[in-house]
Amino acid sequence: MSDSAASGWPRPARPRLAARSAYALHALVAPRKPYRWLAARIERHALLRRWFTAGERVTKQQLFGCQMCGQCALPATGYACPMTCPKQLRNGPCGGVSPTGQCEVHPQLRCVWLIAVERAEQAGHSADLDLLQRPVDRRETGRSSWVNYWQGRDEDLWAAATENEPAPLLPRAPAGAPR
Amino acid sequence: MSIPTATGPAGQGTSRPGFAHPEPAAEAGPAGGLRAAIASGRFVVTAELGPPRDANADAITRKAGFLRGWVDAANVTDCQGAKVKLSSLAGSVLARAAGVEPVMQLTCRDRNRIGLQSDLLGAAALGIPNVLLLTGDHPRFGDHPEAKPVFDLDGVQLTWAARTLRDGTLMSGQRLEHPPTWLIGTVENPFAPPTSFRARRLAKKVAAGAEFVQTQYVFDVERFAAWMAEVCALGIPRHCAVIAGVGPIRSLRVLEMLTTGVPGIYVPDEVGRRLRGVPAGKVESEGISLCVETIQQVAGIPGVRGVHVMAFGFERGVPDILERAGVGPRASLASVPEGGGHAH
Repeated sequence: MSDSAASGWPRPARPRLAARSAYALHALVAPRKPYRWLAARIERHALLRRWFTAGERVTKQQLFGCQMCGQCALPATGYACPMTCPKQLRNGPCGGVSPTGQCEVHPQLRCVWLIAVERAEQAGHSADLDLLQRPVDRRETGRSSWVNYWQGRDEDLWAAATENEPAPLLPRAPAGAPR
Repeated sequence: MSIPTATGPAGQGTSRPGFAHPEPAAEAGPAGGLRAAIASGRFVVTAELGPPRDANADAITRKAGFLRGWVDAANVTDCQGAKVKLSSLAGSVLARAAGVEPVMQLTCRDRNRIGLQSDLLGAAALGIPNVLLLTGDHPRFGDHPEAKPVFDLDGVQLTWAARTLRDGTLMSGQRLEHPPTWLIGTVENPFAPPTSFRARRLAKKVAAGAEFVQTQYVFDVERFAAWMAEVCALGIPRHCAVIAGVGPIRSLRVLEMLTTGVPGIYVPDEVGRRLRGVPAGKVESEGISLCVETIQQVAGIPGVRGVHVMAFGFERGVPDILERAGVGPRASLASVPEGGGHAH
């Protein structure tokens, strides 16, 4: 996963953190007041923000092959990063997965969505995969998704399609204060 | 996951107002084309119409001539295989002029959300009655592997975006005074892993707005039937017409290519054995017979609303395949003159 930049196209990354651990860890960092306060502070200070973002980048790159899209889908994808799919599909695998489960673009690698489905199913989070993932806001690329998450900006990253139809594909809420 | 009870702004089903531009006379496809065919409940037939790699309009007119009167609509592909072809929008206009109702394909590979919405609006303004939205092949497989893969949206999001346009707003939320009215289609591959998720992935696209879906080539009818059972269990056929993809394997070379070279196509060993088991001169007719049988088999599977015939480069053979399968010509355009539609 570390050579993802060199290879040009994103490469499916097999997470180094077990799905169960990832879900457990999530509970610890779920948004709450101290985190919101911290995120606001981080965002205000350029240096702090740079260091915090660098820390997030290193950690998540090592664990998930993070591409720093700034709007983390991991909690809804079995903690396998869909942005490591060469087509960066956020709603499930493309139709080109080989019968043995290999990525069509990187035939030596397993499709990251297969990994995601397996992990989500094992951890009892299979229903997450039915969520409709909204388009990525490309302005967030390179920014800290944790800071966004703690400030509640990720709340409409996906929509349930269970009852009514999904709402019109309106833009996500403005991505917050100037940065 | 369950499917919403209405299929979008066409929630009124098929009683949508007329298209922005009226159908050009009776030649533009039999009795209202795809939308009417789906609404009527009869067996739907679509086919693939691949545009040429140059600026030759006649190539489309000629292929359309073979299909005219035999299909409810023909898909005009969007640089299939990530290889440069005449654009699907222009191709759709040409197909329509040649008397075949087009389904304009649009992939996420080459355009960002601005370009995609723009082309979708353009298609509506030009009177293209159907669009088919898909993720698209990666440039890796095409004739310009060095190209930038865009994939700003994925296939589900593009379907959702189309629905949003038809509901009367851009993705930005800006109102459209004249929203498009096309029918929204999509694709699914029942055979690619993870099989546990393929029907649900289609359900996502239906929730996002797809009103018809064409599948990848069906060569393994048993597996397809199993997938259809899941599709029916999710309630998809109530909101979205499922059209099974079929096509003839006309040579061992094509068999070899489909087996090894094309991502997402699954040819069971049985099919290979059957085609290799006949004399070299008989492979083509055996492949065509196989396609005919497949059409008859999928037609009997609950939930299947029609077939989508993909016979790249063999459009002239489509009427014969359909006739042998017992799928008659479409509506009033029953009599296609011998060699009708030949531009040259």
